[in-house]
Amino acid sequence: MKERKNIVIPTTITIGFFVLWEIACRLLHIDVFILPQPSTIVASIWQHGSVIVDHSLQTFMTTMLGFVLAVVVGLLLGMLVGASPAVYNGIYPIMVGLNSIPKVAIVPILVIWFGIGTVPAVLTAFSIAFFPIMVNVATGLVTMEPELKDVLRSLGATKSKILWKVGIPRSMPFFFASLKVAIGMAFIGSVVSETIASNSGIGFLMMTASARFDVPLVFAGLFVIAIMGVGMYEFFAVLEKRVTFWAQRGNELVV
Amino acid sequence: MEDAQGGTSDFISIRGIDVVYGEGENEVLAVTEASLTIREGEFVAVVGPSGCGKSSLLKVVSGLHPVRKGSVKVRGEEVVRPVKICGMAFQNATLLPWRTALDNVLLSLEISEDYARDFNRKRREYREMAMELLSIVGLVDFASKFPWELSGGMQQRVSLSRALIHQPRLLLLDEPFGALDAFTREDLWAVLQRLWLELRPTVILVTHDLREAVYLADTVYVFSPRPGRVLSRTEIDIPRPRNLETTFETDFHERVNSLRAQISRPAAV
Ligand SMILES: Nc1ncnc2c1ncn2[C@@H]1O[C@H](COP(=O)(O)OP(=O)(O)O)[C@@H](O)[C@H]1O
Ligand SMILES: [Mg+2]
Repeated sequence: MKERKNIVIPTTITIGFFVLWEIACRLLHIDVFILPQPSTIVASIWQHGSVIVDHSLQTFMTTMLGFVLAVVVGLLLGMLVGASPAVYNGIYPIMVGLNSIPKVAIVPILVIWFGIGTVPAVLTAFSIAFFPIMVNVATGLVTMEPELKDVLRSLGATKSKILWKVGIPRSMPFFFASLKVAIGMAFIGSVVSETIASNSGIGFLMMTASARFDVPLVFAGLFVIAIMGVGMYEFFAVLEKRVTFWAQRGNELVV
Repeated sequence: MEDAQGGTSDFISIRGIDVVYGEGENEVLAVTEASLTIREGEFVAVVGPSGCGKSSLLKVVSGLHPVRKGSVKVRGEEVVRPVKICGMAFQNATLLPWRTALDNVLLSLEISEDYARDFNRKRREYREMAMELLSIVGLVDFASKFPWELSGGMQQRVSLSRALIHQPRLLLLDEPFGALDAFTREDLWAVLQRLWLELRPTVILVTHDLREAVYLADTVYVFSPRPGRVLSRTEIDIPRPRNLETTFETDFHERVNSLRAQISRPAAV
């Protein structure tokens, strides 16, 4: 019953948004070069179906590659950084500094190193996505209650045993929460890189469409990006609920 | 100290210790010139104003924090690293939310070297040990519940069980019932007394509740405000098992009041 209600309201609002958009475009006679109507965009998706699917798959693969890299590196670095509060405090400023560099700015450098194509896109996706993962895992580790640490140490627990039995499980809610954010960021990274330095992918498709003034196709690209983004977010949201169910209820909320 | 059999009966011997945190300007002297001697199987309560170094005392006895001066011996051996023979419980139950009550209790066995070695082989046996403890604390029916499904008092029972499952010879309790309501707290006094009577560990209980100290302890130490030193040592010879009736007797009240007088005296200066 409750589940139902949770779906009804967002669905109504989403549909309402597109209906309003459609009506506004028609009533105000907005030029298709400025803002196409949703129906025109859907028609464009239909018309360019196979091309869009090809480029979407390319973007999806790029995003996933960057994301998987980000998960591996983020987890490892997060554990390293979170292993001791001293390392955490020491390394944090550098990490925040590096992270505040706009990732678009590194694409030209990646192009110099690796040429145009998939590699810079994967690396851009990776470089944006790994940060939230690392920070969350590290935070999950350093915020362990000191009393709990005392209990474990008084039992003769080694550092690695504390990490394995308590630290890692405890940081899992932080980790899974970060995946939702990271997948979106990886996606942004790969699309941005594709628009600048690639000859395939949704980002590339949108650039060429815009060069041809095919505005509906540009928006079709946006639609596809939004749909893929929502899909991936939902996937990780469900995964998070499944895996770390214990952190989502009652007053034991960890995140 | 020689006992009647001629052996040494000092299980814990603390001689003139200073406990210090921080360095240089930030140095805090938490405990000074404290000496205590604790027999094997004795139930000791430590009371004193907040911040007087009660928790620090537990930390040096368990070997989690070094002393600056003096000596701490457990079973005749100088404590220089975590002693591994102790169980601990705190005001905050610190249960692992991803584990059931039973698995939370088993955690100690997964970590304590003596048990961890055979954990997989003796899983059945260990589970039975844990269930037995859970039944003493009145939680058999809640063994498969997660911490968020348990009340504060129940969580504390699980925490006590986790502290005792590996049969530690030393149990260190830091205000374990401090966050509970009065009724639950008094229930847990009975639970703790029962555990102690059955398993007979040596207990050091830190509390700010004088009734709790008198109800549970053989010996009550009163600490001064920081830096903590031992102001007095009082033996409580009320027969056991004690129960709620005991707490209404004049004998009980007199002891509580005399402890209270010792605590408020230095504060009045
Ligand atoms: N880890 C620590 N670092 C610095 N100071 C501490 C630390 N732990 C305790 N202290 C200080 O030592 C004193 C005694 O603390 P504690 O033993 O926790 O007292 P109690 O348990 O009696 O309230 C307090 O003044 C406290 O601020
Ligand atoms: Mg304390």
